[in-house]
Amino acid sequence: MLDTIILVLDSTFRLSTPLLFACLAGLFSERSGIVDIGLEGKILGAAFAAAAAAYVFQSPWIGLLAGIIVSVLLALVHGYASITQRGNQVVSGVAINFLAAGLTVLLGQAWFSQGGRTPALSPATRFESITLPFADTLANVPVLGPIYADLISGHNILVYASFAAVPLTWWIVFRTRFGLRLRAVGENPSAADTAGLSVTLLRYRATIICGILCGFSGAYLSVAQGAGFIKDMSAGKGFIALAALIFAKWKPVNAMFTCLLFGFLDALAIRLQGQEIPGIGEVPVQVFQALPYVLTVVLLAGFIGRAIPPKASGIPYVKERT
Amino acid sequence: MSKGQLPRWVDYGLLPALNLIAAFIVSGLVVVVIGEDPFEAVKWLVYGALGYGEGIGYTLYYATNFIFTGLAVAVAFHAGLFNIGGEGQAYVGGLGIALVCLAMDRFVPWWITFPFAIAGGALFGAAWAFIPAYLQAKRGSHIVITTIMFNFIASALMVYLLSNVLIPQGTMSPSSRNFEAGGQLPLLRNVFTSFDFGQSPVNLAFFLALAVCVVVWLLIWHTKLGYEIRSFGKNPDAASYAGISPVRITVVTMLISGALAGLMGINVVMGEQTRLLLDFAGGAGFVGIAVALMGRGHPIGIILASMLFGLLYQGGAELAFEIPTISRDMIVVIQALVILFAGALEHMFRPAVVAFFDRFSSNTAEA
Repeated sequence: MLDTIILVLDSTFRLSTPLLFACLAGLFSERSGIVDIGLEGKILGAAFAAAAAAYVFQSPWIGLLAGIIVSVLLALVHGYASITQRGNQVVSGVAINFLAAGLTVLLGQAWFSQGGRTPALSPATRFESITLPFADTLANVPVLGPIYADLISGHNILVYASFAAVPLTWWIVFRTRFGLRLRAVGENPSAADTAGLSVTLLRYRATIICGILCGFSGAYLSVAQGAGFIKDMSAGKGFIALAALIFAKWKPVNAMFTCLLFGFLDALAIRLQGQEIPGIGEVPVQVFQALPYVLTVVLLAGFIGRAIPPKASGIPYVKERT
Repeated sequence: MSKGQLPRWVDYGLLPALNLIAAFIVSGLVVVVIGEDPFEAVKWLVYGALGYGEGIGYTLYYATNFIFTGLAVAVAFHAGLFNIGGEGQAYVGGLGIALVCLAMDRFVPWWITFPFAIAGGALFGAAWAFIPAYLQAKRGSHIVITTIMFNFIASALMVYLLSNVLIPQGTMSPSSRNFEAGGQLPLLRNVFTSFDFGQSPVNLAFFLALAVCVVVWLLIWHTKLGYEIRSFGKNPDAASYAGISPVRITVVTMLISGALAGLMGINVVMGEQTRLLLDFAGGAGFVGIAVALMGRGHPIGIILASMLFGLLYQGGAELAFEIPTISRDMIVVIQALVILFAGALEHMFRPAVVAFFDRFSSNTAEA
């Protein structure tokens, strides 16, 4: 029984990690007032770039770097459209999702001729799992041993990084001057402008941070969890992250718990596939797949608490009205 | 003409054309990056889409899908609503159409099934749009987010239905049974036998799409409801002061939008595949966004934009066949760039064009 629980929780961590990165990415963007439907595209673009670079340079770290660069470039396109050109942020995000979906397969096919995939990565070119100190010696201690050895130890470095990013994000957003200003431009840009802050610059910085975090998310998918890029490998994770962000009410610690919950649903769905649950019978796997989305809709409708986004999010800032 | 204003033909013709050209130039650069000749690519694209009868048939077939989804997005746009859920609404609309066909196909000829199938598609599509609309109107949840969520919910629901409920006994692939003749729309190749449409699946739904364009045009510009939709879209506050109920307009507009998206299934489910398949909408709901943006929300613009995208889809298939390094996903890239330039960056060229016309008009004023 304990083994099963540990197994499910273990895969919960693995499945939550890309969501968590993306969710925190969205948090920075939306806190600054830029709605980001394009998380999905950035994750996908980063996943492709990371796998391609990791393969070509035989290094997961260069892969990660390439993923971040591509994701930031996509983020800058979004920034240019929605900050400088004051275009429709949703439309821009949709465009970025398509751009990534098309370009990854197109370039993948042109460069590697494997139907849009990248070549499979060898273990040395991936982020491998890390065994934490004393995991082996403690493994035989009842209850705590397996929890430490199997659940906490044995993940790759990006999993730990994603959870480390949570307190870091909290500290940046709520305890630094940058964070205060970030929240100010997301809530009331004209007041921030009057106080002498550059709304444009702050929003661009938030967008870039969003790009960096999406880069981590994508690289995790292709060079840590997977071994290479597969067409559409983000599979809606960007949208789940968006749902998680709403669920978390744009707060970092909530974001972690929401991502863990959504990851848990995912892990449970895999675990329960084709199995009878006593008293309920077989639950279709689609129920678990749809649950995050349904929960988000219910939350947005205000049935379980109210989700209030940053006030200025989605509205382009016009410095002076003539 | 006052300063900063543009003649209508510039606003509706030149600016979209500039945006489109920008999108195509960047697409051409992508082809160069891949190491192929963009002009060669264009040649195969155009030949594949228009060079022979079957190509034209496929172009029209794809265009039909995009007219429906484009109109759906456009109608919502007129009310200031961004319906990103066309994909889900089309998918569920297809379910409605399939249910009608499955119920009637063995007993009546297709032309009796047809109106019921239209009603079924519209009804199911509208129903799928109703919940996000109601939640936006009554509970203030954002329609963009809820319609996205509903796309995924629709996908999960349809996978469940197709693989557990509608699947005929003894088969493995998740789809409904094949419709009998009473659930099949006549293909144009069987109607207009003098024109060689090859094996293309273009069918009578094409004419339905054109008819729906006329209906939408009448609705938006020649009815009271259309006036209310447009007023609400331009200025919701002013509209509600003028006695237009925001709740009613939001819900009614989204119902119309969802119904239009739902009709897309007529073309695919009843016209081409003659059964309900997984993922039959195939992204057409999203192409609708590009089509509506490029067509500036006007049915004529939407028909033209749909034709262009139909051309890209069919020509892209030919292109992928002739130049294997360019995969079919080139279309998705072009589509993305069209959405980017015609939608998010639509004002990029405006200042320059305005400056050009201001100088031009002040010169003539002085002379």
